Amino acid sequence: IETYYDPACLPDLLPIYYRRLFPFSQYYRWLRYGGVSKNYFQNREFSFTLKYDIYVRYQSFTTQNELEKEMPKMVPYKIDIGAVYSHRPSQHNVVKSGTFQALEKELVFDIDMTDYDDVRRCCSAADICSKCWTLMTIAIRILDRALREDFGFHHLLWVYSGRRGVHCWVCDDAARKLSVAARAAVAEYLSLVKGGEETVRKVVLSDPIHPFINHSLSVVERYFQQYAIVDQDILGSKESVDKVLALLPEDILSFPVSNSRKGGQYFDKEIMLQYCYPRLDVNVSKGVNHLLKSPFSVHPKTGRISVPIDLKELNTLILLSLICEELERPRADEAEEDDMKDQENEQEAGERRRIRDYKRTSLAKYVKVFDRFLEAMARSRKGEMLKKSDLQKDF
Amino acid sequence: MQFLGRRKKLIGNFQNDLYDQCLQFYGQPPLENISLTEFETFAVERLKLLKTVENVGVSCGKSSEQYTKKLDAEISSLNFPHRGGISEYEKRRKDHISHFILRLAYCQTEDLRRWFIQQEMDLFRYRFNCLHSKHKTDFLHKNNLKYETVSAEEKKNLKDKLIASSYGLSGTKVEEHDVYKVPFQDALDLVRTRKVYLLAGNAYIPHHEIVTIVLNDFRTRLSKALAMTARSLPAVQSDERLQPLLSHLSHAYVGQDYSIQKNIGKISLEQIDALSGKSFPLCMRHLHKALRENHHLRHGGRMQYGLFLKGIGLTLEQALQFWRSEFVKGKVDADKFDKAYAYSVRHMFGKEGKRTDYTPYSCMKVILSNPPSQGDYHGCPFRHSDPELLKQKLQNYKVSPSGINQILELVKGMHYQLACQKYFELTHNVEDAGFSLNHPNQYFTESQKLLNGGRDIKKEVDMSQRSQENPASLWSLKMELDRQGISAK
Repeated sequence: IETYYDPACLPDLLPIYYRRLFPFSQYYRWLRYGGVSKNYFQNREFSFTLKYDIYVRYQSFTTQNELEKEMPKMVPYKIDIGAVYSHRPSQHNVVKSGTFQALEKELVFDIDMTDYDDVRRCCSAADICSKCWTLMTIAIRILDRALREDFGFHHLLWVYSGRRGVHCWVCDDAARKLSVAARAAVAEYLSLVKGGEETVRKVVLSDPIHPFINHSLSVVERYFQQYAIVDQDILGSKESVDKVLALLPEDILSFPVSNSRKGGQYFDKEIMLQYCYPRLDVNVSKGVNHLLKSPFSVHPKTGRISVPIDLKELNTLILLSLICEELERPRADEAEEDDMKDQENEQEAGERRRIRDYKRTSLAKYVKVFDRFLEAMARSRKGEMLKKSDLQKDF
Repeated sequence: MQFLGRRKKLIGNFQNDLYDQCLQFYGQPPLENISLTEFETFAVERLKLLKTVENVGVSCGKSSEQYTKKLDAEISSLNFPHRGGISEYEKRRKDHISHFILRLAYCQTEDLRRWFIQQEMDLFRYRFNCLHSKHKTDFLHKNNLKYETVSAEEKKNLKDKLIASSYGLSGTKVEEHDVYKVPFQDALDLVRTRKVYLLAGNAYIPHHEIVTIVLNDFRTRLSKALAMTARSLPAVQSDERLQPLLSHLSHAYVGQDYSIQKNIGKISLEQIDALSGKSFPLCMRHLHKALRENHHLRHGGRMQYGLFLKGIGLTLEQALQFWRSEFVKGKVDADKFDKAYAYSVRHMFGKEGKRTDYTPYSCMKVILSNPPSQGDYHGCPFRHSDPELLKQKLQNYKVSPSGINQILELVKGMHYQLACQKYFELTHNVEDAGFSLNHPNQYFTESQKLLNGGRDIKKEVDMSQRSQENPASLWSLKMELDRQGISAK
């Protein structure tokens, strides 16, 4: 699915993307969160990376309309989403010092393929391929289960980062209100692979094995044979075999395996986890004001769009250029018809054009995934309001 | 119980309800009037208790027998409530009032708040764990800590998972004792370390771990309360009677102040170089070395070192000679010394200006006030030196590598005085210093005692003979207290 991408085409393609493809109404619907909290969208920080690497923070918008007008004008190469603040971020300089505070933000996780470089042989750095993409599949399955079943979160948006990993946006009310300490605690609970360059054995298990670890192991075990033995071929060369052997207890040859080191009896599980278990950056998850790449933002180095991932299908990627190319083809036919209708109403025309445009591209199915996610949140909010009004005996 | 009942009738105000429990959450401030003497005494005694909590917590494990013994002893001797004994009303009242007074003193800076919260939490944890299971439950109810208990059926279903998640939990324990269900946000310490079972956003806490949850609550409340106290502090500080007491407390040193030198004139200037290597604490050794090398010290260093020298027994004349001879070797000529620096030396001895006889700085004062900047040599090396530099210095002074590691560990845990105590133990080749380090001059005295062993034993024999002659004499009692380093002002 790789097509040649040239970053030089960004200045031409991006405006088209923002004018005709970016799903503004869904985006606004998401960040507004049903309008339950006053000014929730207005107080949200966005940051843009513009042409020539100019970085601007504390961007904020008052309406969907403003967003739709500004983005094609500013043509951001990258869009990041930050926290919902106590005041409009664009006015943070005029607010009394000390009172401008980050109040809420989604709980986020960032899984980056480069963090696995010590255990994958097919690619390194920013490259990814179908062989190592399985790692993302494993990460998503493990974390999604834990966030839902252990922590009780319901509204998770998994997004392809555009280059070499995935992000998870946990959008529940409770998640958005979490403190720094709580975010750090969740991230630590989910961390099993610890240590940097100088640590050889990065996973240490001892009795009793927590149910969370058992759940995670059953996911890893499902994929391990195909992923590690076949695709990554970890036993295929002396070098990689040595790496595996380095993780074994010294007295492996004496039978039965003694407990001479802590939890020595779980070395097989430890090895599987070290090769496959998700590696999180706790710092990304900790900060309430941390800025993370926005869904539907373009990755300037790859031309790929950060699209929501349908958990039922974890294997496709998309190129920005691809979408725009698809777009050019049908244009000619419908051009006349469109122009006539456009005379009637400028805004409606723009809206109609946009809906039609992305639906003609492979972006459509990703917007559908996003729609489903938004629907679920809306239903849940309605349920909450009914519960509340029942309690207050409103009829 | 009858005794308390009668008291209830006698006193009969709502305060009594506050004091019918051994342990409290300090939710409501005391509303009575107390004398200034009681104000100060209560505060100082609680401070002593908290310092013991800190010292004992680092030197013994927090769940060890030694910890229990030492803390029990200190709580009893300072008259604080203890394991719900009888006639505890006065002790509980003191507990209540002293806590709130210390809030005033310790709310002002981040460092002070952190220290206070840490010690109060450790004390609370200790006292809570001493309660009987039933009293623990009573405490939870009394303080409206509504932790939901898990039904017997749910417990049965989750038994294996619970056992696999919580340390020290057996099947019988799950069946016999309550398991609590709290939102995971209220059990972050257990979540972070994955020491608890999570399901649908709830943490399942076995009874014996409930203290962690309660502590979390305690910390949150105290933290908020301190922030609020800090805001209303200006009003309190404007009261002239309280202001000196409060500022004294937060830098409080509750021991001998070495203002009265016992060994005046017993030290000669020639001995100082040798003494600096043998009996000076690291901060003073450092200052002395810097003075010898640079023939100069800035004001902060002159104060800290100069007062220390006064404390070990230097006379004013000796001090003047000492400083002049050193400064003159540098860029200062004798005239300039007499004009500029001699004045400040005499000032230290109370012979100028206000004529206050300044007291040598305690460790607390050295650690907390006036941090050194570039070109300064004062302060506490354990607190103010970069760990790498500290390590090098200790290596130069021939401290063993394992000893250096122990010291660095203590420094990492911010236990600076204990690190210095460890330095004492290593340089004097003893396992236990035998005292709790609070003051540089104390370090010197103890060191001299150890090195001149014989003479002191004889002194002690004399003392015990004397006290046998007059067992109840105030003089012998004071000697005993002095030996323990506790001032009986």
